[in-house]
Amino acid sequence: MPATRRTRGRAPAGLVFGDLWEFDPAPETADPRLRGRYDLFIGGRFVRPRSGKYFDSINPANERKLADIALAGPADVDAAYAAAARAFRPWAATPGRERGKLLFRIARLLQDRAREFAVAETMDGGKPIRESRDFDVPMAAAHFFYHAGWADKLEYVAPGRAVAPLGVVGQVIPWNFPLLMLAWKLAPALAMGNCVVLKPAETTSITALKLAEILQDAGLPPGVVNFVTGAGETGALVMGHPGAAKVAFTGSTEVGKAIMRQLAGTDRRMTMELGGKAANIVFDDAPIGQAVEGIVDGIFFNQGHVCCAGSRLLVHEPVADEVVAKLKNRIRVLRVGDPLDKNTDLGAINSRTQLATIRRLVASGLREGAVMFQPPCRLPERGFYFPPTLFTGVTQSHRIAREEIFGPVLSILTFRTVDEAIEKANNTAYGLSAGVWTDKGSRILRMSTELKAGVVWANTFNRFDPSSPFGGYKESGFGREGGRQGLLDYARFA
Amino acid sequence: MTPRSPHAAHARLLDEVGAVDWVGVEERVSKFATRSIKRASKVWGLKMAVSMTDLTTLEGKDTPGKIESLCRKALRPHDDPEVPHVAAVCVYPSMVRHARRHVGVSGVRVASVATAFPSGQTHYRTRLAEVRGAVADGADEVDMVINRGAFLSGDFARVQDEIAGVVEACGRAALKVILEVSELETYDSIRAASFLAMGVLRPGDFIKTSTGKTSINATLGSNQVMIEAIRDFYLDTGVPIGMKPAGGIRTAKQALQYLVAVKETLGDAWLTPKRYRFGATSLLNDLLRQFEREKTGAYQAPYRFSEAAESY
Amino acid sequence: MSRIPVTKTPKVYIGGAFVRSESARTFRISGADGAFFANIPQCTRKDLRNAVEAAAKAGPGWARRTPYNRAQILYRLAEMLEARSGELAASLVRFGAARRDAAKGVAACVDRLIHYAGWADKYEQLLGSVNPVATRHFNFTVTEPMGVVGVIAPDSPPLLGLVSMVAPVVACGNTVVALASERFPYPAVLLGEMLATSDLPGGVVNILTGLRRELLPTFATHAHLRAVYAAAGGEERRTLRLGAAESVKRVRFVDKAGGDWLADSAQGLEMIRGFVEFKTTWHPIGS
Repeated sequence: MPATRRTRGRAPAGLVFGDLWEFDPAPETADPRLRGRYDLFIGGRFVRPRSGKYFDSINPANERKLADIALAGPADVDAAYAAAARAFRPWAATPGRERGKLLFRIARLLQDRAREFAVAETMDGGKPIRESRDFDVPMAAAHFFYHAGWADKLEYVAPGRAVAPLGVVGQVIPWNFPLLMLAWKLAPALAMGNCVVLKPAETTSITALKLAEILQDAGLPPGVVNFVTGAGETGALVMGHPGAAKVAFTGSTEVGKAIMRQLAGTDRRMTMELGGKAANIVFDDAPIGQAVEGIVDGIFFNQGHVCCAGSRLLVHEPVADEVVAKLKNRIRVLRVGDPLDKNTDLGAINSRTQLATIRRLVASGLREGAVMFQPPCRLPERGFYFPPTLFTGVTQSHRIAREEIFGPVLSILTFRTVDEAIEKANNTAYGLSAGVWTDKGSRILRMSTELKAGVVWANTFNRFDPSSPFGGYKESGFGREGGRQGLLDYARFA
Repeated sequence: MTPRSPHAAHARLLDEVGAVDWVGVEERVSKFATRSIKRASKVWGLKMAVSMTDLTTLEGKDTPGKIESLCRKALRPHDDPEVPHVAAVCVYPSMVRHARRHVGVSGVRVASVATAFPSGQTHYRTRLAEVRGAVADGADEVDMVINRGAFLSGDFARVQDEIAGVVEACGRAALKVILEVSELETYDSIRAASFLAMGVLRPGDFIKTSTGKTSINATLGSNQVMIEAIRDFYLDTGVPIGMKPAGGIRTAKQALQYLVAVKETLGDAWLTPKRYRFGATSLLNDLLRQFEREKTGAYQAPYRFSEAAESY
Repeated sequence: MSRIPVTKTPKVYIGGAFVRSESARTFRISGADGAFFANIPQCTRKDLRNAVEAAAKAGPGWARRTPYNRAQILYRLAEMLEARSGELAASLVRFGAARRDAAKGVAACVDRLIHYAGWADKYEQLLGSVNPVATRHFNFTVTEPMGVVGVIAPDSPPLLGLVSMVAPVVACGNTVVALASERFPYPAVLLGEMLATSDLPGGVVNILTGLRRELLPTFATHAHLRAVYAAAGGEERRTLRLGAAESVKRVRFVDKAGGDWLADSAQGLEMIRGFVEFKTTWHPIGS
């Protein structure tokens, strides 16, 4: 029976997010079809490394070994560049429509094996199956599909200018989106008629080598794409190789700068997609419910292993308490745990090293006086996990407000005026992305103009598309990936 | 200060309750649909959904006989004693006394639509009289429609005053306020109308999406906008309002998605028929079918379940 | 005795004002005939710092001008050059250019400015885009200026090289700190005077004179210079790239030896593309 009187004025009400209705485990059971050993992919074949060495790839969710991965040394990288150089002339001379058809075929074959790739990606990298299934793999296929269509339309890429491929491109990609970053790098390079030597990240090589199987099935000419696996030393060999006409790197700003120094004496072209510390700015007139969702997407997507993560939340003071309260409620229902469980929202941290980095920066936040909130959650005993974490009482000078944490850790700051928001947002050496939440259209356009960032998400966050150029300002790098603008970075003017 | 012009009233109301972004809501609810509910958690959800069902018949051809068989189904949806009875039967006012007779003291409640359902287009005094009549005949709950014409023309005070009048006319009966979301069109309006209604409701009253008589009924999106409004209102005032999506929810899978939305938005305290209902007819059979499937491991044919009506 | 002409004291143009080097140092230059011509300010890294500050201050205002307004200002600058083309040509001849080449070079400077004046309100339509993303979002890419850009001009041709490098950079809203040719700095000093009488706001283009080897390392490492555009060769390129790595600065080069600066291929949209950042904005399409 309804009460007859309003109860306004009593103690603040709270919500209960308990275990009244617990979900049973819902593991994805598709077979990832892994091999026990992965060799290098050079000249269209899997070849044993001349170095003779292999290293372990482990599943960060349970620390179990998945496969042996070949370690490429100087002779292997040379062989890969030689194979690419041999393949270049005929590949560049292949009519665009034929190159395009091969790229379309790669997209289709990847779609055919989507679930298998998603499981492999999740096991190798620790990301939730929901993301690898619904985002990484379909988006990777979309990148091949989009760029396939460009291959026979290159005369439209640059108005008034004829374009030509550069030659062999050296590419090094990170561990946060192994297959997707590979697609971002391969698809435009191949559409333009370049050949590629690519090194996946040390902890996440498997889906690249699985894609090599698809390249074989698709009938891509041998040597057009070569994969060499290994750690930083192999990466430096790929970046520094004299056979590269261009290098493209996605990773930390620190390593990006080292590559720029390494290549200072050459006229090598470069694309650098480096770190970020994005401000996500919430105004008092924002659609708060969706803003909270966007904040969660912004920082907890892929455990925060995202260069464009919205890791600095700037909230307008009038709504700061409301936003923080809602955020706390929201992250209480995030499910942390087995990445292969279809209901998992936050999977495993990619490596022990990264977990240590996150812990170190979180400890610095506590030491510097910020206030931490973590919802109660049971973490698996084995594997690398970190709960979703909020810090309030953060100022611009805190390390957690300045350094890229690359984990599920959000630093919350407040602001009073539009100018203050802009000033705080831009007060960083990074400039990759930014978010703004407001119901006022003209303010969105002003913020979009003033924020020094290559991607501005207005009333949304962490959205990606092959047709949408992505890349940074300032120390977040240069060059773009995606769209017509990104394609042109793989061309020279004829 | 009461704003005089419809424009000022509209601006003030939207300003007070805040904006909603359509695409953001759709993205949020698409995640509920990816939750994978298995085994024991599925059985729990199916039974919960049964217990939340307002088993409904709202047709011109309804007869006392039809009401009787509906009530039998409501009282004992399934032979398995594990399956609970539904929350309520929902009928037209003229059928209330028949339903009352059949459900007795079983705990199944009698709900009546009223206020010139579904359009609401008759004199206010007539609408109030209809409510009083239904309550006098034994309705435990009244499902009213709001004055959409007044809402869309900006006469919010009138919308709210009319709801307040119906609350009074309900007496001890609980009230469910139907916003008819498809006629409000935007999520901003749905949120605003939710707040208008909640402002004069009592704890234990409900807001409800639809009459089931228009082309678009409840969706996960409109449900989300309304349960977020309920959440925000509750956090602000401490007054818990219930929610009833109605129409268009035909499958167990859909119902479980709505329940996930409740679990992750309002929390455990709303996972109860006291605060959440499904207005549905054919849903019940699919819930039972899936229940049977979980118990036996075999997929079930629809003809094994009675009253597979397809009204809504 | 015939009248002694009054000689001009060359100054550098920083923040819309004519100043000497803060170091009070100068270096001598002579005409092609070997006779003393003038003492030229030998700018230091502190002058460079001051010029970057002036350029940074002028930056937001210049970037906010409408493209139409930037176009008109560049056109006005061309008018200033055309009116004083005789004087500019004479300054080139004094330092060794053939009379015909000098006249052609100055005319090319004027035409180049007009070329970029015309680009100012067009490049955006060609470089930017609306992107057909697969979700319910409106997604568009626009260009933005990089900020303060360092320009290091060639010795040959000293004036056309400088104008050809500065014009595309400012046309798209950047501000410039330029280092004039070390061997032939005087035409750049004259250009500064014309900049001052055009409608170009002070600080948008700053012109320093001095020694490349002294200033190049600061151009390389000054983190507030977001790009460097240099007519430079081997070792200088390496210095610039090494310094640029520290702040992930954009570096662009043109051949030090020249190439054909008069040709149409020495100008165009691609020069502008080198000095803009692409910004992509997403917004939901809802009700």
